[in-house]
Amino acid sequence: MIQSLYLGLKYLQYHIYRTIILIGAIGVILYLPLGLGRLISESETQMMARADATPLIIGAKDNATDLVINSIYFEQCNVEQITFSKANELDRLGFGYSIPFISVFNARNYPIVGTTLDYFRFRNLDIEEGHNLQFVGECVLGALVAESLNLGPGDSLVSSPDNFLDLAGSYPLQMKVVGVLKTSNTPDDRAVFTDLKTNWVIMGLGHGHEDMTEVKDPTLILEQDSTSITASAKLFIYNKIDGEKLESFHFHGDKSNFPITSILFIPDNHKAATLLRGRYKTDIIQEQILIPSEVIANLLENIFRIKHIFNTVFILVGFATLLILSLIIVLTLRLRKKELYTMFTIGSSKTKTFEIVVSELLVIIVGSLMLAAALYAISGYFVESFIQQFIL
Amino acid sequence: MIELSNLEFHYPGSDFKLKIDALNISRGSTTAVIGQSGSGKTTLLNLIAGILEPFSGSVKVGNTDVCLLSDKARRNFRIKDIGFVFQDFRLISYLNGLDNILLPFKINDSIQLNGETNIWIKNIAHEMGIENKLGKYPHQLSHGEKQRLAICRALVARPSIILADEPTGNLDPNNKTNIMNLLFAYARKNNATLVTVTHDYDMLKDFDSIIDFNDLTIDKV
Repeated sequence: MIQSLYLGLKYLQYHIYRTIILIGAIGVILYLPLGLGRLISESETQMMARADATPLIIGAKDNATDLVINSIYFEQCNVEQITFSKANELDRLGFGYSIPFISVFNARNYPIVGTTLDYFRFRNLDIEEGHNLQFVGECVLGALVAESLNLGPGDSLVSSPDNFLDLAGSYPLQMKVVGVLKTSNTPDDRAVFTDLKTNWVIMGLGHGHEDMTEVKDPTLILEQDSTSITASAKLFIYNKIDGEKLESFHFHGDKSNFPITSILFIPDNHKAATLLRGRYKTDIIQEQILIPSEVIANLLENIFRIKHIFNTVFILVGFATLLILSLIIVLTLRLRKKELYTMFTIGSSKTKTFEIVVSELLVIIVGSLMLAAALYAISGYFVESFIQQFIL
Repeated sequence: MIELSNLEFHYPGSDFKLKIDALNISRGSTTAVIGQSGSGKTTLLNLIAGILEPFSGSVKVGNTDVCLLSDKARRNFRIKDIGFVFQDFRLISYLNGLDNILLPFKINDSIQLNGETNIWIKNIAHEMGIENKLGKYPHQLSHGEKQRLAICRALVARPSIILADEPTGNLDPNNKTNIMNLLFAYARKNNATLVTVTHDYDMLKDFDSIIDFNDLTIDKV
């Protein structure tokens, strides 16, 4: 058998390019279902881990999946908003504490997430560089955002306008970067965190401008009485909040009616969670309460049905490859007929020639398996960052 | 001694028929086999080697009737006692010179490579003038070198019979003489029997006997 293996290896070595192509093709075909399976199961694990780490989400009675995706992965789907007062109402119930949340805007393609400092504590997000949010107009960057935009404390980041043609819409706000978070390998790495007020400023619910009582240009004032002054559109609105201008920033209206996209609720215990969920069973309450893990599990179940389709495709491709491989073997044997007959003439048995061909096949199969295993190991090394980058 | 008696052979579905009443080739002799294409010269070599089995009659090599041997015994007989030389060299393209010479040891376990064999290989490679070509692949060699390599392979197990099927058919006149001289020298030195199919009538004078397949007669030269 060793001599047959030697002759087989010599044959493969002599036809090295053919051998490499064969091993490559079979190796990739073996790897694909394994690699995809791993990608799917890792994605499932990571998506579920994030969902499992989020006890309850409260939001408008809209698409449950969109609400959860928006709240835990910051994917900016069209989520109907609720008012900030709902968070206060939840806190007053005494079942736990709420973390209000706005994820509507972007800054250079990264989601701006407006929340409170509780969020950082809840997700165990530590500051790597700089400090946490203190004032309106500040932002803290996820590790990946800071790295890809090459920004750090002291730099500034401008929010992207959601519609260039809508003059009444949100205006870009130049935010000051005050901190960068440690890498967490979660969607938090790809978010720009601000406080709620900064988000409301971007929404146009708050703004800063020069003191109207001290303006010298009379065309800036449309109406004025003892209690109020109405400014004309000519009045310059600040697009940056810094030391001097900070005091001029103010909000019009009752903040409790300002919008948020959802509330992360952290119940004190299981009983509190159950009681709270019970309250949302009634139609009187306009919001819905969701357990993220249930929503994501449902979503994954639907998405991963495609895995079965892939598996079927891979079986068919594998079968086709097997047929092609058989054809290659038959054609090769036909080409090698003279060589094999020479061996027989000299004194080889048919078993021996069969052994030589089988050893060649074995080397190809072992090589392909090793390639598939190597690809599997390499992709395992990158699968987490791949999922972070493209799936979560 | 090679003895063929009352031998009949035909290929299935073919009009070809070979009939030999008696044919003796003595040990250590050199025999040329001549005849038209398709007259059965190569068939004769295959019958002597036990590759083909006659319809009737016997093929004896020494005291052994090749026809009565099992398949395995026949293969072992071929690998130990017979050295084949072909017109088209039949070298294995993916093996270098040395591996081609060693091929019989790699395809049949009944012969084993040992120190003595290694010396023998060096000797025959030297005699054939290809000792510095052993690392080369067949496509890197000239026709003459290829045939010398093929002869080395045929002689590696020190056979008592050499069956050469038009060994000089693809060679230039100079190489023809050299190759035949090498085969004659081995046969004489080792008391081996050389049976050569040839179309080259100029060479016939060098053989001890001639088998003419045109009328199946045996002439002593």
